[in-house]
Amino acid sequence: MSTPLCIGFIPLVDAAALIVAVDKGFAAAEGLDVTLVREVSWSNVRDKLNIGLFDAAHLLAPVAIASSLGLAHVKVPIIAPLNLGLNGNAITVSPGLHAAMMQEIDGDRFDPGATARALARVVAKRRKAGTEPLTFGMTFPFSTHNYQLRFWMAAAGVDPDEDVRLVVLPPPYMVDSLASGHVDAFCVGAPWSSIAVDRGIGHILHFVADILVRAVEKVLAVRQDWSEKNPDVLAALVRAHHRAVGFMEQPENRAEVASILAQPERIGVDEDVIRRTFDGRLKISPDGTTRESSRYLLVGREGAAQPDPMQAAWLYAQMVRWGQAPLSVEALKAAMTVFRPDLYNAALGQGDKWSEPSGAIGAFAGPAFKADDIEGHLRAFAIGRWKPKA
Amino acid sequence: MSAEQSPKIVIVDESPIRAAILQEGLREAGFTGVVHISEMHSLLSRIYALDPDVILIDLENPSRDVLEQMFQVSRAVRRPIAMFVDQSDAASIQASVEAGVSAYIVDGLKKERIKPILDLCISRFNAFAKLQDELARTKSALEERKVIDRAKGILMKLKGLTEDEAYVLMRSTAMREKKKIGEIAQSILTASEILK
Repeated sequence: MSTPLCIGFIPLVDAAALIVAVDKGFAAAEGLDVTLVREVSWSNVRDKLNIGLFDAAHLLAPVAIASSLGLAHVKVPIIAPLNLGLNGNAITVSPGLHAAMMQEIDGDRFDPGATARALARVVAKRRKAGTEPLTFGMTFPFSTHNYQLRFWMAAAGVDPDEDVRLVVLPPPYMVDSLASGHVDAFCVGAPWSSIAVDRGIGHILHFVADILVRAVEKVLAVRQDWSEKNPDVLAALVRAHHRAVGFMEQPENRAEVASILAQPERIGVDEDVIRRTFDGRLKISPDGTTRESSRYLLVGREGAAQPDPMQAAWLYAQMVRWGQAPLSVEALKAAMTVFRPDLYNAALGQGDKWSEPSGAIGAFAGPAFKADDIEGHLRAFAIGRWKPKA
Repeated sequence: MSAEQSPKIVIVDESPIRAAILQEGLREAGFTGVVHISEMHSLLSRIYALDPDVILIDLENPSRDVLEQMFQVSRAVRRPIAMFVDQSDAASIQASVEAGVSAYIVDGLKKERIKPILDLCISRFNAFAKLQDELARTKSALEERKVIDRAKGILMKLKGLTEDEAYVLMRSTAMREKKKIGEIAQSILTASEILK
């Protein structure tokens, strides 16, 4: 007898492993009868997971943590037994801002330190000229996109709360907003940056892997109480995902994966755009310039699927830095226990061998991150809402 | 806000009919300060200009995530808003999500004043969904009528039956095969198309 499951997702390329697990029959082979529900907002995904309309969901990693800590919303403990993707976002800017930044740049244009300094000069010039502050779009207050933009610009002295405007925009509205000048830049997951470049209205300035070498992006989220009541179902889901990822990582399967994801009820964009994301070879400018990175989006390689509590600690540190969460040992611990490598490894029968899932966040600026000294870490950054006690 | 004053309510909904139904319900219940926003462009600045006490938004609207920003302190958001986050009201939250609507409440509005607004909102949203459902059913019933009429015409012509006889033949076939009369009529149309 198969177990019916209802799983919510947002049409983004990093929902791929979930979609492939269902549409290629890996979930059915594990005795799961999964209905995937396409959603329009992260708020909906969160709320429907919280009240039990969804058994599991494709979720922004920081939302899983915020929900478990009860930040800005009802407190519902959530756990993440696997990562659906690492990295995968890009920062895209309007042709106007791109030109202004390239005029100011003092180093390699793919070096985030150099682009951030260029941005700082553009911001200063605009202020002097009395021009409106630049506006950056991102997808959610508790999102990697928000933290990645902030981390990048703050490294060169641009205060994301004072010197520019950061606004939430639903991903499907990003491209039109950039075209209309409503925003000057955005940070978003695939495929939206590629679509802006294809329309000739945006330049991909950075892959987020330029800013953070290894950053957890989306997780598979379930309620903690659900996971305790349904350990076998959860393990089956992890195994189905594992097989899907194995299938996706075979280069000869890429075309089939792209065609599955391109279906209108799944992600619903051109196969070619999806293909570029998986190949890590993206057109970055309307003139056709391409750029390659094997780290653009990781779903299976390099142990990407295995949850790493250190990544949760980094996300929590960003919430503290930007005034979304108070700093406390208990909250840090609660954030770290959202990520469950133990459940992941148990489901795959590989014991506790998560010794070296990552080693590092690999941020381009600041000291190496240590989960056991968040306060010391935050002291190293001049800009932030959190201030050390005098 | 004084106790006598009606709270200012903003409805964010791209469906003008549903918004009108909700607006009318709220007015009838004595909530006079209701404004409808259907244009999602610059949603936050419009909301700040209106300065509402309650914001109601449908769940089909991707701009719901834009409203989540109101809890944050930033340059774009000068006055953070707290949501209806009372843990004891899980049932209320569940009912509203199921009805397809979400409410954002500005800090300071008393719970007993929110409850009737939310209840009304849920019942109007459910009523709207029912209305849409009925509309869809009426539409498909009309379609079925057309199919039956055409099948009747074919039977009358091919078998030389009267209209009543053609109908009785289809109905008895449907009963014998445990199918709907619409399905039998559709088979007749398909068959006649193939045999043409």
